[in-house]
Amino acid sequence: MIEGQPFFQLDWVLDHLDTLAQRIGEHLLVTVIAVVVGFVISFALALLVRRYPRLYPPILAVSGVLYAIPSIALFVLFIPITGLSLLTAEIALVSYTLVILVRNIVTGLRGVPAEVIEAARGMGYTDGQRLWRIELPIALPIIVAGVRIATVTTIGLVTIATLIGMGGLGYLVVNIGVRQRFPTATITGVVIVVLLSTIVDVGLQAFQRRLTPWAKAREA
Amino acid sequence: MDFLAQVLAWYTDPANWSGNNAIPLRLWQHLSLSVASLGAGLAIALPIGLYIGHTGRGARVAVAFSNIGRAVPSLGWLGIAYPISTGLFQRAGIGFLPAFIGLLALAIPPIVTNTYAGLRDVDPELRESARGMGMRELQLLMRVEVPVALTVILAGIRVSAVAVVATAPLAALVGGGTLGSYILQGLELSDEVRVFAAALMVAVLAVLTELAFAWLQRHAVSPGLAAPEGGTAAEASPIPAV
Repeated sequence: MIEGQPFFQLDWVLDHLDTLAQRIGEHLLVTVIAVVVGFVISFALALLVRRYPRLYPPILAVSGVLYAIPSIALFVLFIPITGLSLLTAEIALVSYTLVILVRNIVTGLRGVPAEVIEAARGMGYTDGQRLWRIELPIALPIIVAGVRIATVTTIGLVTIATLIGMGGLGYLVVNIGVRQRFPTATITGVVIVVLLSTIVDVGLQAFQRRLTPWAKAREA
Repeated sequence: MDFLAQVLAWYTDPANWSGNNAIPLRLWQHLSLSVASLGAGLAIALPIGLYIGHTGRGARVAVAFSNIGRAVPSLGWLGIAYPISTGLFQRAGIGFLPAFIGLLALAIPPIVTNTYAGLRDVDPELRESARGMGMRELQLLMRVEVPVALTVILAGIRVSAVAVVATAPLAALVGGGTLGSYILQGLELSDEVRVFAAALMVAVLAVLTELAFAWLQRHAVSPGLAAPEGGTAAEASPIPAV
């Protein structure tokens, strides 16, 4: 910190609202791409597990190993192949979402009571109808819980992606805050990250409650 | 394969084994910083978790810890620690201290959360019988509650330890050295070999930490209480996000 400079300067924040908006936009874009791609892959894997349960342990093992690699390492390990690009960042971010999402989707689907599945069969539902109309709605709270954890985790990880040139709120924390010794930017960046995580988390929870009004009684 | 040969050459290059940017020095910085942060984190978090878990008082504190731990990114802890250490000590907050404070803050939440969750899940009947046998509160805590909750408590320490070792590279941003120095230097110089070689070491270090604590978990916990295969008991009682 530069001598005599106040810890936090509100003026700077107010003067840089457009920069902040731009960084928030970058941050959210990278996050959304990661969660959406991660969800599509995880959903496909979960359906595969639904049909071939024996695939579950190896899929969990592989995604678990990916999850165990430190984020800073995973962000840079692919640079020799994909360079300093959005793709490099997304490979790491998507990898981290897999273990959370696959586990929650599979757990959700497996939590559907056997009687319910039996009843659906008895009523003449085909396999596809049963999946979309019976199993997924019942599994939805657990699936959304997974999406919430994955999204909040990703929002945090994207701050580190600034090291490989992804901008975002990490840019405020590192490039302005730490490298130029300007704590105001660091604090602003961290506060916005925490706010974003909270808003997204609460928003997804509200969304899930709306979609599954019947689950309310059990939750309480 | 040419690239991997270069990485191998980097590891064996004598220039990387001496001076103030040597591999042993960076490794030492990495490990000493991690051990110090985790040790201090344990000293702070364990008593808090034990108190909350044993008395049941301040459960909200445990939930708050867990939520804060989840919401603030690892980089955020270091970023915040940086101006705090400068503000506190009125000097250029470069080096060990800001990194230490940041990693310490990162280490605390999982330990508090798991210690609390582990104690909370101890069967009330066990407590009742221990009290009936005339155990005092401290005896009850140390001889009954902690042994029963040990798997979950150690799982929390394991999460913290891995997070600290994995985040320590960011200390390089605030002048704390560590293996992260190579990553930052490499990114600056577009030296992909150096970046990759360092990232590989960080990854191996994190995996070794994970394995070491998994081993500890298996051997420290009473055989009668050990979690079935895989030891995922920590996930059995998650504190809901609020």
